[in-house]
Amino acid sequence: MLEVSNLTASYGGASILNGISLEVRNDQVVALLGRNGAGKSTTMKSIMGLVRQKSGSVKYDGVEVMGRESYLICRTGLGYVPEDRRVFTDLTVEENLEVGRRDARDDAPVWTIERLYELFPNLKERRRNLGKQLSGGEQQMLTIARTLMGNPKTILLDEPSEGIAPVIVEQMARVIAQLKSEGLSILLSEQNLHFARLVCDRACIIEKGQVRYDGTFADLDANPDISSQYLAV
Amino acid sequence: MSFYFAQLLTGLANASSLFLISCGLSIIFGVTRIVNFAHGSFYMIGAYVAYSTITTLDFGILGFWGGVIFASIVVGLVGLLVEVTILRRIYHAPELFQLVATFGLVLIIQDLTLAIWGPQDYLGPRAPGLDRAVRIFGEPIPEYDLALIVIGPLVLAAIWVLFHRTRWGVLVRAATQDREMIGALGVNQAWLFSAAFMLGAFLAGLGGALQVPRESVNLQMDLSVIGQAFVVVVIGGMGSVTGAFVAAVLISVLNAFAVLLFPQISLVLPFLVMAVVLIVRPYGLFGKPGSGHGPAAEPEQPMRLMSKGEAGLLAVFVALLALSPLFAANYTMVLLIDLLVATLFAVSLHFLMGVGGMVSFGHAAYFGLGAYAAALGVKFLGLGMIPAMILGPIAGGLGALLFGWFCVRLSGVYLAMLTLAAAQILWGVTFQWQEFTGGDDGILGVWPASWAKSNQAYFYVAFVLCLGGIWLLQRVAHSPFGYTLRGGRDSAIRAEAIGINLKRHQWMGFTLAGAVAGLAGVVFAFSKGSVFPDTLAISKSVDGLVMVLLGGIHSLAGPILGAGVFVLIEDWVTKLEFWRFIFGVIILVVVLAAPDGVAGGVSRLRGLFSRRTKDGEAAQ
Ligand SMILES: Nc1ncnc2c1ncn2[C@@H]1O[C@H](COP(=O)(O)OP(=O)(O)OP(=O)(O)O)[C@@H](O)[C@H]1O
Ligand SMILES: [Mg+2]
Repeated sequence: MLEVSNLTASYGGASILNGISLEVRNDQVVALLGRNGAGKSTTMKSIMGLVRQKSGSVKYDGVEVMGRESYLICRTGLGYVPEDRRVFTDLTVEENLEVGRRDARDDAPVWTIERLYELFPNLKERRRNLGKQLSGGEQQMLTIARTLMGNPKTILLDEPSEGIAPVIVEQMARVIAQLKSEGLSILLSEQNLHFARLVCDRACIIEKGQVRYDGTFADLDANPDISSQYLAV
Repeated sequence: MSFYFAQLLTGLANASSLFLISCGLSIIFGVTRIVNFAHGSFYMIGAYVAYSTITTLDFGILGFWGGVIFASIVVGLVGLLVEVTILRRIYHAPELFQLVATFGLVLIIQDLTLAIWGPQDYLGPRAPGLDRAVRIFGEPIPEYDLALIVIGPLVLAAIWVLFHRTRWGVLVRAATQDREMIGALGVNQAWLFSAAFMLGAFLAGLGGALQVPRESVNLQMDLSVIGQAFVVVVIGGMGSVTGAFVAAVLISVLNAFAVLLFPQISLVLPFLVMAVVLIVRPYGLFGKPGSGHGPAAEPEQPMRLMSKGEAGLLAVFVALLALSPLFAANYTMVLLIDLLVATLFAVSLHFLMGVGGMVSFGHAAYFGLGAYAAALGVKFLGLGMIPAMILGPIAGGLGALLFGWFCVRLSGVYLAMLTLAAAQILWGVTFQWQEFTGGDDGILGVWPASWAKSNQAYFYVAFVLCLGGIWLLQRVAHSPFGYTLRGGRDSAIRAEAIGINLKRHQWMGFTLAGAVAGLAGVVFAFSKGSVFPDTLAISKSVDGLVMVLLGGIHSLAGPILGAGVFVLIEDWVTKLEFWRFIFGVIILVVVLAAPDGVAGGVSRLRGLFSRRTKDGEAAQ
């Protein structure tokens, strides 16, 4: 279980997160919603140890990981899929997957290259191509597959639906459902409420670096003013 | 025809050596983003260790190659030690720090080598089994050259296999592109960096060891090779091993034929090629945009203006300085003149870096141009002191105008490398154009006018000119022009977006900094009575960087303080036997302990103190 409490973060002098608290229980998919610039990506980067100026607490399975280097945070079982994909463009698809490869762990689903090619058949066709030769959607699949190669228990998935074709968005939704059924827990950052509703159990809305709502989608629908206030509808 | 073929083979053999020296530098830069000045030192250690092992073991063929491999491994381990103890702490620091830190290592290694092997040159044995020449088309070709021609591509192939067929190599290539991301994927970068640095050092050691049968082993090997290695890496594209190979072949083969036309061209040719390549392909032949830059840097702190208190302190200091000839001893006057010159030089470099955002590794070029212009004016035109002095800033400014036009087209490390190239070209000219510049013997007899002959009188000349120069630059830094430059430094994109021609501003800033450095050079020339090529050498440029770094880059008072501290340390340390070692250690300590400079350290202390008192008040 991932427990974030009172997380703050800033870039230079500008404070971006002002005390975020949220949790992702095992087997849950939680949507992290918010407008452009609300601080969704910064939240994920801070959890992963990629933001230098930060404070608060991030516990994973009861262990404080705040302040650790990101490779150690990753090794506790947290995987991170960045919003800008950050595919290694000069490496082939297979080499990209190799970078993400880590030993299997007994408390998380085990991924092999073959299993990932089943999940993302396009990648198999493209396995000898360089990262820069892939389309946006293929790069998005590759970045998810690369993180899965580390056999994580929980993944932080930053806007997987951004900038890709609607067919592939549907495929993403299926993939996320399958990951959940395999026992992964996911924190999913989204601007697209409909996509989030499709795949998530709970919603957490942030604005200006603070949590404004944390609950079920049903409750959220019962209070339409919340979504209209904090989300771009 | 056969003669040209032989020339081509010589070129290719040189290319192999050059490639071996440079590829490690490129790997190190690609992974760690560190521009490793100490790479030439690794090469030198490789040569010394190989020389000692080969001559002591004396096992014939096995002993020779065993010695070469042993030396490379030793150097690899030295590299590992350096990485783990020093560089690991400064990966996040600006490139200036890393450069200066590795230059500190250069100094330390120079003196250690001197202490172990002594000052004499060593002539290495020929490689057993490869010690004759074979005739190819009737021309004698040394067998060892042929061996080198084979070894270069073999090493290239080995590196390729390592990078493409091993997990470690794949990780290194991934790190070259996005090192933060590989951390988030669970890869321990520290370990990867150490290994990459060790590999780079190993290759430098190999390059040095293989040079033993070809050249004498001496204490100048380090800096004489580093300039060329930088050029190869920049031409090839920083981080690209294939690029380093192509660049090494390009330079060496061109050089092999160019020397037939102009025997003196060797020293400047690589830098000319580099300048041309960078203008056509700003990231080198195989480099990629962005691969010259690390991850998004921390936003720069705004430039601090001098506070009232600081300005007052400075005024008192200036007044004291003005009165110093009344009470100071002769020796102190000489030191104070040095101080003024150093301060002006540092302020001009700081203007370029702190205000203009352009890091220069070759600012001594303009200092030296000024000094040489004045000296040549005295020597050939018979000019008096004042007219000769006017030539200095003009020459410095014109030189900067010319080179600056090229430099401002680039940014970051590439810009820095081009400034270094410019300085090396000029250094090569002063060094080799014996008839005009006197070469190594320099130009003597550059004495002040008779009214300024005494140290006291000349002090006032220096005082007026240097303070004038500093005042000018401070005024410009606070003019609209200065604000524009700083705006461009903080966000080039934003500046361009609001319609500012940033390049032109940078070009003018570069020229101004060059002219003021030229002024410092003039004052220097007349204070010493002579000018030598080392006024434009790499180490002079690094002196300037150290001063700026000592003072801290974010404050306008920084370079003044930095130059003062530098001159005092230099004056004290150079009297000692192993002063390079001591100086190198001081540099490392400053870089590791006070990353924001002495001035920054002082203000941090003060911040700590005032917070304490505030806490104390709050507690009451
Ligand atoms: N490296 C950075 N340096 C400075 N400011 C940054 C940096 N990265 C993000 N910010 C700022 O932090 C704020 C939050 O950004 P963040 O990327 O976390 O938002 P987000 O919720 O992910 O938005 P989006 O939906 O657009 O991805 C924004 O105002 C952004 O401008
Ligand atoms: Mg985002």
